[in-house]
This record gives sequence, C-alpha cells and structure tokens, in this order.
Amino acid sequence: MDFVLSKEHQMLRKMYREFAENEVKPLATEIDEEERFPTETVEKMAKLGMMGIYFPKEYGGAGGDVLSYVMCVEELAKVCGTTAVIVSAHTSLCCAPIFEHGTEEQKKKYLPDLLSGKKIGAFGLTEPNAGTDASGQQTTAVLEGDHYVLNGSKCFITNGTVADTIVVFAMTDPKAGNHGISAFIVEKSFPGFSVGKHEKKMGIRGSSTCDLIFQDCIVPKENLLGQEGKGFKIAMMTLDGGRIGIASQALGIGEGAIDEAVKYTQERVQFKKRLSQFQNTQFQLADMHTRMQAAQYLVYAAAMKKQNHEPYSMDAAMAKLFAAEAASDVTRRAVQLFGGYGYTREYPVERMMRDAKITEIYEGTSEVQRMVIASHLGVK
Amino acid sequence: MKIIVCVKQVPDTSGKVAVNPDGTLNRASMAAITNPDDLNAVEAALVLKEQTGAEVIVVSMGPPPAEGMLREVMARGVDRAVLVSGREFGGSDTYATSQILAAAINKIGVGPEDIVMCGRQAIDGDTAQVGPQIAEKLGLPQVSYAAEIKKDGDTLTIKRMLEDGYMTIKVKTPCLITCIKELNNPRYMSVNGIFECYAKPYEIFDYNTLKDDPLIDPSTIGLKGSPTNIFKSFTPPQKGVGMMLEGADKATCDKLAGILAAKHMI
Repeated sequence: MDFVLSKEHQMLRKMYREFAENEVKPLATEIDEEERFPTETVEKMAKLGMMGIYFPKEYGGAGGDVLSYVMCVEELAKVCGTTAVIVSAHTSLCCAPIFEHGTEEQKKKYLPDLLSGKKIGAFGLTEPNAGTDASGQQTTAVLEGDHYVLNGSKCFITNGTVADTIVVFAMTDPKAGNHGISAFIVEKSFPGFSVGKHEKKMGIRGSSTCDLIFQDCIVPKENLLGQEGKGFKIAMMTLDGGRIGIASQALGIGEGAIDEAVKYTQERVQFKKRLSQFQNTQFQLADMHTRMQAAQYLVYAAAMKKQNHEPYSMDAAMAKLFAAEAASDVTRRAVQLFGGYGYTREYPVERMMRDAKITEIYEGTSEVQRMVIASHLGVK
Repeated sequence: MKIIVCVKQVPDTSGKVAVNPDGTLNRASMAAITNPDDLNAVEAALVLKEQTGAEVIVVSMGPPPAEGMLREVMARGVDRAVLVSGREFGGSDTYATSQILAAAINKIGVGPEDIVMCGRQAIDGDTAQVGPQIAEKLGLPQVSYAAEIKKDGDTLTIKRMLEDGYMTIKVKTPCLITCIKELNNPRYMSVNGIFECYAKPYEIFDYNTLKDDPLIDPSTIGLKGSPTNIFKSFTPPQKGVGMMLEGADKATCDKLAGILAAKHMI
C-alpha cells in the first residue's frame, strides 16, 4: 500500500477542507438545532461534483476514485456529521448499487441526475421487524403484467424525505427466504409511494430519517435492479461499500473533535496553566490522535481495495468497526477535556459526541461488523 | 477570444510575516497561496468564458514549484497555464516583472478581442504596480480596480471602485483590467477539475523562450534590471475597529464633531 497521497488527492483534500470550513461549518450548529436538511449545501456540493465523485464521466460522475470519495466524507464530517452522511448515503447506498447492478438503460436513466446532484438518492432495506436481521423482509413485491406491486413499509431511511430515487428491497418469493428478496429502483412519484414519519434523533439531526410506505405501489418491471431473488446479495454488497462511507464519516467526526480539543486546551487556563500544559491533556490527545490515525489507515486501505476491485468486505467491516468505536471514544474524551463548556451547545464537541454514536449502529452495528470479520476468519 | 490572467504565488500573510535579516520576506517559512485578488481576476475570466466561450490562460512568474498553484487554478476551470521561470528572472522588482510578463503575454499573443486581467495587487508587496505597468508595456488601455465587468461585443463596461466613490468606464478590447475582491467570490476547485488539471496544457517560458522580445534585455530584467531596493518588510499594524454613529439629527452631528475635536482632527 502506498502511504503517499497523489497530487490530485492532496488538492482534493485542500478543496474539501476549504469548502467544509467556509460553507458547511457555519451551518452545522443551526441545522442540528433546527433539525433542518441543508438543501443549500447539497446544491453547492452538486456543482463541485461531490455528489458523484467516484463514478465515470459518461454517466455524469466526476471521474474520481473511491479514496477521493472517502476523503470528501471525512473532511465534511470533521465539521458536520449530518452533511457527511447525506453524501455517504446518496453515493454508497443509491448511486453505487445502480451503477454496479443496473442495466445500461437503468444507468443511463438514473445516474446522470443522481451523480450531478440534481436528484438525491436513498436506500430502503430496514423495516420495523427487519433491522440487523435484514433477511426478515416483510415488504412484498408481486409481479402483475408489466409492473410489480409493492406493499409494506421501511423505516430509518436516511435522506428519505428528500430522496427522488430510492433503491428498495422487497420479497418477491416469501418462501425462498434470502433468495426471495429482490431490489427495485423506486421513484418518489410512483403511485402508492409515500413518506411516513420523520424520526427525531439524538445526533445527525439535520439528516432526514423517515419511514417509507408502499401501498399498492406500482413499480415498472424494468425497474427491477439485478435479477429477481438476488436482492439480498445486492443489499449486502451495497452495505460493504456503504460501510466505507460510514467509516469515513466516523473518522472525520473523531478528527474534528481532536481539532477542537487541541484548539480549546491551548486557550483555556486553569490553575494558572493552559490545559494543554497538563500531562493528562497531552496523553489524552496523543491517544485520541493515535486511534484516529489508525482508523484512517484502515479506512483508506479498504477504499484502495474497493478501488482496485479486490475483495474488501472484511476490510470495510474492520474500518467501520474501528473508526466508529474510536469516534465515539474520542468525542467523549473531547467533551471531557472541555469540561462543563463541552457539555453546552456553545461548543461543537457535544454535537460531535451525539453524531459519533450512530456510526456504531447504522449500516451494520459494530456487532454485525464483528460477525462479518469473524466469518472471514472462518470462525464458526 | 482569449483571456490571459496573471497570477502570483505569494506567502500567506494572514498569519505572522517572517522577514529575513536583509529586510526581504522569508518566503520559505510561510505557506504559499495564490494571491487572493488574482483569484478574483481568474473568476471574472471564468464568468466571461461561460458567457462567450473564451479560452482562459493563466500566466505566472516564479520558481518551478509554482506549477502546483497553476494546476489548482486550472482545477477551477482555466484552460491552460504558462509558468515564466528562469534564473535570469530572479530578484525582479515590479518594473522588471512587468517587463517579463509583458513579453510572455506577447508570446501568447493579444488579439483584437482579447483581454488581460490581473489582481489589483499582491499581498506580499502590496504595490498594485505590475498590472498597470504590463498595460503600459503592451500599449493596452487599462482599467484598474474593477468591481463590476459587463461585456457587450467588443466593449466592456467596468465599474471602478475608488476610495471616494465609483467610476464607470467603457473600454474596447484589447485591454487590461485589474480586479478587486468586491468583483466576485472565486469559485472552489471542482472534483472533476482536479482530476483533469494535470492533463491540461502547461508550458514553461524560460529566458530562451522570451529573449528575442525587445522587452527582454539583461539590463531590464532580474535583480540587475530592478531599480527598487527593499528598505524594510513588516506586517502593517491592524486597523482598529471603526466607530459608527447613526442618525441625521443635530445631536448626532454634535457628537461626531465632539469626537473629532477630542482627537484633535478638527
């Protein structure tokens, strides 16, 4: 593995950082307080190619690579976990499965608008009774002539209220278990589709999270993604990629908390000394930075493997597991270094601590990541 | 139609300025950035490109590492870049620099529809001399301190922002414009632009490339050709926060007069 970033990647980092500092950071507190989706930021990111980073130009992508996408999510998450997950869910969970499993017609129809950011994407797998056990899908899809009829509901769908295009999973053959699940591309305008309640969350509060309801929803036959019965495999492959995105989000949140803590502890004086002069502060920050640096290597390694078309499922699971747990630990320690001020909403570290927690839960809990890693080790 | 934009890599003076014992800037100890006003000129050129389809070319004089800056400018949408670089050009002051840049612009060629753009001034020297001197040496009409630019055919209507007001000027191409930060907000590099910028045309003009231009003479370029001697470099003191009085009544006027009198200004 090459540990030296290319000139392009260094330039991308600089661009993402400038954008995050000038356009994203000033809104981070507001969108968290108001639980408001930052539409204006998405429009700006779209213009800069950030909504379709690693997809080919022929479909309207920016022609970048997976690492450049990872760095984007990382830099956004340093200042705003919400903005980072909007890009991650859109890219990894909607654009990627259409690009990787779609027919040429589907790619030409859906990708240009998604990759240019004109439309926002989402992914509908989770149901009230099918969370970590995604195989327990109760949404059904029945083929009737030239279309499928979908019935059921999805929950906790990131970008749900704002998405135009959603990759949705449903049972086409309930008796076949995992092999009876199929994937569909659903447009929000399809008859019988509606958006349900918006979740009030602990963190990433500017991100839209809601139920999707399918009531005799008509989905044209040509919107079947991949083959019938292959939906579970598509979902798992998509989540492998998604985990790299969430790992990048966790990585950024942790790094952002360290940036804030380094700055604060050099300013705050107690016992006539700056906090940064106390050995405890130095040791805490050293541990925090070491953990996030290790996370960065895992995340970048997983990204490089995906880019090079090598098996990366275990790498993505390890990256997400480690980065998410490190982010939760590091943000909690950052709040502790800030003391009472860290617990107030005047400073961003309490938001970062709330935002970090979800990275241990969504797109596969840390427990699921351990199951994935163990299965790759052949441990049964 | 071409738009040639002069850009300069400068030390980031937003932090502390490092000065060598001889009074010159210690550039090595400060981060290098693209001169902010030059980015306003680049943005103005890119806006005109979107309106007219013009080709935008950036020119910079500096050492070879300035390529990084030029690539970044191309990642914003500029079509090609020229770096003017050679030992013979080292130590040039504004007089010699404008001489060399004018020769480089001559080499690229200024046609009847073309525009040359510069930032108002560089944050390291703060002279605002290079743009106007290039115009003089190229025999181009110049409009400095542009805060608004409108193009209609071969005529540009430019609103100049001066200390005591605005001045609107009409000028025909070819011409040279110096741009101020009030003109626009420079765009970011784009992801697509970054992945394309290393494939865009990039040329180096050295002494041999330019030596046949009548402007290039050993006595008018480099340290030898620079009449300026640097006496001292320093960070200008920060201006204090101004005071605002609101109201058009007599009491406010009296208060203003009182403040000015107390400071012995009236």
